[in-house]
Amino acid sequence: MAKLNMVKALNLALHQEMERDPDVLVIGEDVGVDGGVFRVTEDLHRKFGGRRVIDSPLAEAAIIGTSVGMALYGLKPVCEIQFSGFAFQCFHQIENHAARYRTRSQGRFHCQMVIRMPYGGGVRALEHHTESEEQFYAHIPGLKMVIPSGPRTARGLLVGAIRDPDPVIFFEAKGLYHAAREEVPDEIETLPLGRAQVVQEGKDLTLIAYGAMLRVAREAAQVLQDEDGVEIEVIDLLTISPLDRETVVTSVQKTGRAVIVHEAPKSFGPGAEIAATIMEAAFLSLEAPIRRVAAYDVSFAGFAREKANVPDVARVVAACRETLAF
Amino acid sequence: MPRRVLDPQFVIEHLSILDSDGNLDTALEPDIAPADLKRLYRAMLLGRRLDERMVRLQRQGRIGTFAPIKGQEASQMGSVFTLRPTDWMVPSFRETAAMIYRGWPIEKVLLLFAGSLEGGRPAPDQHDLPITVPVATQLPHAVGLAYAAQYREDNVVVMAYFGDGATSEGDFHEALNFAGVWHVPIVFVCQNNQWAISVPIKKQTHSRTLAQKALAYGFPGIQVDGNDVLAVYAASREAVERARAGEGPTLIECVTYRLGVHTTADDPTKYRSEEEVKAWEQKDPLTRFNAYLQKKNLLEEGLEEQIDAEIAAAVQRFEAMAAADPLTIFDHVYAELPPHLRAQKEELRERLEKDVERRADEELPPPLPMRGQRKTSRWQN
Repeated sequence: MAKLNMVKALNLALHQEMERDPDVLVIGEDVGVDGGVFRVTEDLHRKFGGRRVIDSPLAEAAIIGTSVGMALYGLKPVCEIQFSGFAFQCFHQIENHAARYRTRSQGRFHCQMVIRMPYGGGVRALEHHTESEEQFYAHIPGLKMVIPSGPRTARGLLVGAIRDPDPVIFFEAKGLYHAAREEVPDEIETLPLGRAQVVQEGKDLTLIAYGAMLRVAREAAQVLQDEDGVEIEVIDLLTISPLDRETVVTSVQKTGRAVIVHEAPKSFGPGAEIAATIMEAAFLSLEAPIRRVAAYDVSFAGFAREKANVPDVARVVAACRETLAF
Repeated sequence: MPRRVLDPQFVIEHLSILDSDGNLDTALEPDIAPADLKRLYRAMLLGRRLDERMVRLQRQGRIGTFAPIKGQEASQMGSVFTLRPTDWMVPSFRETAAMIYRGWPIEKVLLLFAGSLEGGRPAPDQHDLPITVPVATQLPHAVGLAYAAQYREDNVVVMAYFGDGATSEGDFHEALNFAGVWHVPIVFVCQNNQWAISVPIKKQTHSRTLAQKALAYGFPGIQVDGNDVLAVYAASREAVERARAGEGPTLIECVTYRLGVHTTADDPTKYRSEEEVKAWEQKDPLTRFNAYLQKKNLLEEGLEEQIDAEIAAAVQRFEAMAAADPLTIFDHVYAELPPHLRAQKEELRERLEKDVERRADEELPPPLPMRGQRKTSRWQN
């Protein structure tokens, strides 16, 4: 057991899975000698060599496209797209091929591959370095969309994703890379995909969040407990798609109120799907309209104005109070 | 420090062995066993006859839209013929002759073009990818296959097909660049059929040849007469041998012509002249190869009838296949059905069962089968 930040926890997962399974490869821009621009693939090149840890030419479509081919052959590539904002240059390979090969070949082929991408704000960088665009991937049948909320879930979910037979989009919140450290067990720990976690139990309102927003949600829950004396149930979604409807619905049936927090723009975002799911399955339990706290529907805000756009504790607290007072 | 010419200087060759007038360059003539020559011709003829039959099936509404291959038989067969069954074939969507040769049953191909996904499933031991529709996007897959084969130290060559239009796509560039850097065992076969739907090659590229693009990626490219099956075969064999020997990728540009429509939804009279088509008909790959085999006394009596009977039997098998079961649409989305898809499958099952009950109550005729080929009479009206 060691206290690791999210970068080290992800790195540990890669080291252990590559040791365990010779079919696991790492491919991406600067992932080899440099160890990745965020150092998530540090030391893999030294340990496993350039054939397994591939410093690819600078081309997102071919990183994903060749990985699809490797997966069709039976290898298990773990691809890194340097920033999720650059993934539109390989979006066609993800949507047209990685997600569809199982259906297209009626089970003869499938793409066991993980596509890692840093997402979200918090790094004071230019456009295309701060977006939160999980909704695009969550909408695609055949893909799984995973977002850990800290070092321990990052490690467990990355192991789970590498072993999952379906293609997984794995978003890593840049703001969490070097944030909190957590105890991460030395022995391999796997978290199953498609399961949310109730990280805090409560009876008055269900607060649903994931990724970097989980910390915001938990802090908001604490404020509400301290200042208003209400008990908030906090759900860490972990897998955006397929959504763990059961955990969400069961919680809302108990609390009667739900607030969803995400960094992606509000309209047509994951919050809309979660709210519709609650309406379909727990309408009679609801005491108040479901609220979404999300980024505004703007292309990008620029990091000087990021704080105004991305949900913070005050906004979440305000939304919960309105919901509780309804 | 004057400007100077860098070494090496690049050369692009054009290879032609048997021209449309029947002239044969015996020095370049590949050594192909008589039995193989017969198999090669049979596969090309089957490709042509099946193509013609499929156009009729499409016009009758028995299969959907597809991309005919007429005129490109030599480009496909001369190249794919040099592969072993353990090598990989990566098609685009106009390689029917090559696919049949690689072991796809005719009825399965018909099933695919009749809208049933089962038709796109390669047999478990078949080293072929299914067809890819978005242009050039299959090329990185082929490079990935080749990388994986090399990684596992398997004795495997990958052959990837695409058209002239594909060379304008980013995926073409990225795939060839990766292939060059990784030095993988792959042969890129470009069927330059002169037209990407309505856009002629001169609007597609300002390059003198497509073959020369290989040089930018650091591996050889060669242009061949794509209607000369001997030239395609010779160039492909050389490329496959290079790949197998660890000497890396090759690009082969087969200069050919699409004698028919782009797809059955296309009307080429809108964009190209009858004279042009007639001129290319004079260069028909089958006529040329037929004459070559005649001289060698290798033409089989009654081959055409034999092939037509084979196709007719396959069409019958295709038509006898059970109508598609709608419930299977959920089966191959994920390895395991997630809860929300289980619920959706259940919803569809109930809807279908209710439909059957309703029809029984109202004494309505049974529902139309899901597949297109049974709708003949309605479509013909």
